[in-house]
Amino acid sequence: MSGAEKIKVRVTDIVPLNELVTRFRFEPVDGGLLPTFSGGAHTVVEMRDGDITRMNPYSLMSDPFDRSAYTISVRRDDEGRGGSKFMHSSVNVGDEMVLSNPVNLFSLDLRAKKHLMIAGGIGITPFLAQIKQLDRAHGNWELHYACRSEALGSYVDYLTTTHPNDVHVYYDDQNQAIDLDTLLDGQPLGTHIYVCGPKGMIDWVRGKAEEMGWPREAVHYEEFLAPQPGKPFEVKLAISNKVIQVGEQESLLEAIERAGVDAPYLCRGGACGQCETDVVEADGDIHHRDHWLEDDEKASNTKIMPCVSRFEGKTLVLDR
Amino acid sequence: MSTFEFPPSIKSRPVWGTLEARPGKHHLMIADAAGAAAILGIATPDLMANTHIIYIPRGADHADALRALTPAQFYEGPSYAAAESRIQRVLQDAHMGLQVYLTGTEGLMGQARHLAMQAGIPHTAIQTEHRGSVARRMQCVHCKGITEDVETDPFVCSHCGLNLFVRDHYSRRLAAYQGVCIDAEDPGNIPEAKGIYE
Repeated sequence: MSGAEKIKVRVTDIVPLNELVTRFRFEPVDGGLLPTFSGGAHTVVEMRDGDITRMNPYSLMSDPFDRSAYTISVRRDDEGRGGSKFMHSSVNVGDEMVLSNPVNLFSLDLRAKKHLMIAGGIGITPFLAQIKQLDRAHGNWELHYACRSEALGSYVDYLTTTHPNDVHVYYDDQNQAIDLDTLLDGQPLGTHIYVCGPKGMIDWVRGKAEEMGWPREAVHYEEFLAPQPGKPFEVKLAISNKVIQVGEQESLLEAIERAGVDAPYLCRGGACGQCETDVVEADGDIHHRDHWLEDDEKASNTKIMPCVSRFEGKTLVLDR
Repeated sequence: MSTFEFPPSIKSRPVWGTLEARPGKHHLMIADAAGAAAILGIATPDLMANTHIIYIPRGADHADALRALTPAQFYEGPSYAAAESRIQRVLQDAHMGLQVYLTGTEGLMGQARHLAMQAGIPHTAIQTEHRGSVARRMQCVHCKGITEDVETDPFVCSHCGLNLFVRDHYSRRLAAYQGVCIDAEDPGNIPEAKGIYE
């Protein structure tokens, strides 16, 4: 079976934080202890919605050393394929669910002398766990958190109360913005940047850091891509000798799994590279949406990341 | 131009690069002897306006040429050991956006790279270019003493006197190659010393 090990959990608490974000707490069904994790890790939540099984990654935001429960915060996306809406409307306290073991694609580099965190919106969640981890180790960090408004500023009160000197909040609707030039200028040698938020914010921070001579290795980012719906298409799986149909609302990876073919995956969000699949034949256009493949690999149409990418054209044959 | 093509070896052996001017707020260039030529090769007035050069001539005659580049700061020192506390101080006060360029002998680049890594710069972000002597900084794995500028294999440890075989096994932490006793099994049976790359 692909992916990380699975854990059976029960939903023990659901707390709506604001109009868009709700927090869920999971405890193991067997009453034991959960695996510990490191700040920045995510879990893949399996959602059984009738005939559809969705598996969406969410950053763990609880204390990494608290093995009694995991918590995640889910932002409702009305335009998406329904995973977050399912969490918001169909999950109740007492429900049993399946999570994956934690996987970390956004870990702290503990060699850093200072950790400079930049969050946008729901991108705050991995930092909540990282801050708990760093506080235990007496780490040197500061957080710059941009959100749309006070009403939508998840965890702002908690953060500014517990860390009044290290947390800086910026509200879009009050025309407050992170002054990135000033922020990145004069940081002590050995500072690492961590950015989690919308793609535009990640590109902005990475671009500015590169321009100012920050090493690539000192800039860490995480952006989960939710698979986007798209036109249905047909795929031939060469090794399993199957022809499958990918529906409008499902990802290529989900369609491969639905056909009973075991395909590797980890993040299901175009970031980790586990699901990379060779293209045997492609007569048409692959819509590459991941940020794993290099630009030349994308242009060559010889590889595809089935968790987020789609196809439009006559024939697509995969080495799977 | 004194450049040397190192023969292919084990993974542990450092691979030195070629310096290029990179965007940055400040630039720290550390060179010894023939390394001066690599700095002269990338110097522009704009780059030099924000550059601190630390140069250890070791008998070479390039200090005036470097000084003529009019870098923001120029220091000429008699030895790496004499310059080390200055390098440490520069790194301690430095900010992100600093670019580090190391050029010259492997001993100089390795030791300065170790300091830069300790200061928090990822080792892959530190630029290097080998110039000049191919002599090695060696650590005796037996007594742990360091012998500088080793040109022959085998050689005699300058601390404990053992006859040491020159390995390509390198330590970034020590900035040295490992030297292992060559006649432990059969004391006195020592091959004739020859140049390391002969």
